[in-house]
Amino acid sequence: MRMMTDDEALARAAAGGDRDAFAALLGRHYDRLFAFAMRLTGQRAEAEDLTQDICLALPAKLRGFRGEARFTTWLYRVAVNAAHDRRRRSASHARAADGWGDWEVARRAADSESRAATDWLAEAMATLKPDLRDTAVLILAEELTQAEAASVLGLSEGTVAWRMSEVKKALRARAAEDME
Amino acid sequence: MTDDLDRLRKALKSTPAPDTTRKAADLGAAMARFDAEFDTASESGRQENAAPVRPTSERGWIARLIDGGETMFHAMTTRAGLAATTGLVTAGLALFLVLPPETLRQPVQLGQPEQESEALAESDAPAGRSLAPAPRADTTELAPLADEAMPAPMAEVAAPMAATTALRAEAPAAAKMAADMDAAVRLAPATDTEAFTNAEANPVKVTAEEPVSTFSVDVDTASWSIVRSSLMNGQLPSPDAVRIEEMVNYFPYAYPAPSPGDAPFSVSTSLSPTPWNPDTRILQIGLQGVMPETEARPPLNLVFLIDTSGSMQGPDRLGLLAQSFRLMLGQLRPEDQVAIVTYAGSAGEVLAPTPASDRAAILGALDRLEAGGSTAGQAGLDQAYEVARGMAGAGEVTRVILATDGDFNVGPSDPEALKADVARKREDGIYLSVLGFGRGNLNDALMQALAQNGNGQAAYIDTIAEAQKVLVDQLTGQLFPIAEDVKIQLEFNPAEVAEYRLIGYETRALRREDFNNDRVDAGEIGAGHQVTALYEVTPVGSPAVLNEPLRYGPETPVEAADGELGFLRLRYKAPGEAASQLIEAPIAAEAQEADAEARFAIAIAGFGQLLRNGLYTGEWSWGHAIALAEGARGEDRFGYRSEALRLMRLAETLDAAR
Repeated sequence: MRMMTDDEALARAAAGGDRDAFAALLGRHYDRLFAFAMRLTGQRAEAEDLTQDICLALPAKLRGFRGEARFTTWLYRVAVNAAHDRRRRSASHARAADGWGDWEVARRAADSESRAATDWLAEAMATLKPDLRDTAVLILAEELTQAEAASVLGLSEGTVAWRMSEVKKALRARAAEDME
Repeated sequence: MTDDLDRLRKALKSTPAPDTTRKAADLGAAMARFDAEFDTASESGRQENAAPVRPTSERGWIARLIDGGETMFHAMTTRAGLAATTGLVTAGLALFLVLPPETLRQPVQLGQPEQESEALAESDAPAGRSLAPAPRADTTELAPLADEAMPAPMAEVAAPMAATTALRAEAPAAAKMAADMDAAVRLAPATDTEAFTNAEANPVKVTAEEPVSTFSVDVDTASWSIVRSSLMNGQLPSPDAVRIEEMVNYFPYAYPAPSPGDAPFSVSTSLSPTPWNPDTRILQIGLQGVMPETEARPPLNLVFLIDTSGSMQGPDRLGLLAQSFRLMLGQLRPEDQVAIVTYAGSAGEVLAPTPASDRAAILGALDRLEAGGSTAGQAGLDQAYEVARGMAGAGEVTRVILATDGDFNVGPSDPEALKADVARKREDGIYLSVLGFGRGNLNDALMQALAQNGNGQAAYIDTIAEAQKVLVDQLTGQLFPIAEDVKIQLEFNPAEVAEYRLIGYETRALRREDFNNDRVDAGEIGAGHQVTALYEVTPVGSPAVLNEPLRYGPETPVEAADGELGFLRLRYKAPGEAASQLIEAPIAAEAQEADAEARFAIAIAGFGQLLRNGLYTGEWSWGHAIALAEGARGEDRFGYRSEALRLMRLAETLDAAR
């Protein structure tokens, strides 16, 4: 017997109370979920908390999964919303809310080249507003199409395209600064 | 400026792996939350979920769960029963908790984790399931916890799970899991809404570890027609649309006819060199169904259930359908009866049961068909069965023939209910065949599942020539079953065979114990039908052996080779009977040059593997496949093999242009 069953089938089974289906689904997506959280927050501790939030929220949210969207799209939506909730809740703790202050991957980046890359990333992400950051992560790192990203963020495709051009602009401006 | 974006992309991609302890805690907590949410902690809830493995007849129904417009190509790889699959994944999931991901990924790179994880899957499924209760302690207490808090009991919840699992940690299962996760990360392209049912190519198995291979026969041919229609449209078919056994079975082969008084079909085997690998052999198993006296065939009651929804508009759909049925009418006899039910926005009987001799009335009804509205599949099916029940008489064969582009998404068509319904009607003696028309939203998975549950065949009609083949040349086989629930089990001799691999039949795999369980559904064979199955086997001592012997495996004393490659067991039921009969035969280990029939079957199997970007065909190319098929055309009375050659050339050209 094969272990691969498509996400949507698992999600629907899970939404109907199939425990094993839920376990399979979560097992399959946990790592990418954490990676996504890491990209959204830029800090390991923040990412871990966010991932935990999502894991705990999933069972209740799953009840609403009707299979109109692909499961991954749906999961991104849940994750983005959870991230927004966290930002809102911890708005008073400005640093945590903003994230990307100290990109802790740096600890793992042993050689200087990857350290430089990490520093660049942290600076680049820090210059972006949270909205642009989310969009950039979905499009660049998660490789969603603009339509998919729009569906995740609840925006029009045009807005996503505009945000990506803003990201480009911001990066260009930063590059110009570096030149000076 | 894309450089900046690329740089950002690369930088973002390098994320650290999650902390394993956190991960274990999160997964445990989520499961507890799930239990609280769905109240699955009670023993009764558990039983409901722990449905036994239901192979073949169920397999399409997983794919069914993805009905609606959003189906994607990546969602079509399924065949196993959901309960079985997920039970196993629980094991794999638990394994993940105790092994760092780096370790787990390693076996994937080594290349052959599947056969081991499959072995685990088959033998350990119930044990894997028994892991599940471990983490569910204290679930009710956890329910009211707020999102923020990660309470202490969680760690305790996760701990027993990890502990239990450590005892039975088997990396390959986890490796497969890792591979699955990797696969899940890649987003599939959203193309159109066609849904195909398929599974990953069967892996190479080690005879010493898993000597028995079990599968259900498959006489469907839809995959070949779909491949043809794609190629004729100038596109290589999606690998998921390629089911190799259906391609091979599309073609007639000269198998010996069964001797009178024996089983309703003959079984022949042959062993010959593998064209794509000099160090392996191809084992070919051929079944030939008996062709009953057509003169003496019982009267037929046919209900054409025709999808007239808006999507059926067009000459390649409703137009072709009317032409096809017109062809078929020529094959019917005056005592046969035909009724037509259509379904679209609403279902309706457009032709009451009419003797086949009244051609004018039937043709008139076919000509009046018009497409419009959406598809109420369930209502249509109900009505067709109602009509069929009224027509059925003693000694007659009654069958509903569903013609559709597979769009069953309107109406109360709960997939499970629909499936159960079709299966129940099968028990009443009313069978169902499915004819697919048109591309674009063809729901292959649904067609397959319906036909399988209805003891019928699924065929895809893309040209009038295909209609001729299915509804005229091979109509008898379509309509008259001679054997039901036909299962094949091969036990390979480890003294002769080091490794083996079943080519195709991915969606038809059965568990070993299902072979002797007469309650497990399998494929049907119709009058005159043929079934061909091919194994690639690696002899002991061959340089083509892929798997290293286990370092810690038991020392298997291999007796001297006794000249037997393996032992073939076959079970079937006479139509309508509950108990199966057994056929057994040893297979000689001596290879011979393949005759033209075998060579052609192998060429088609090779072609199918190339279309699926075969893992095992090495440097063997389209050109080789074409040359092999060319020299094996044989008599080819109906020109099917010549057509295959044209399509193979087309595929070569399309691939080169890619």
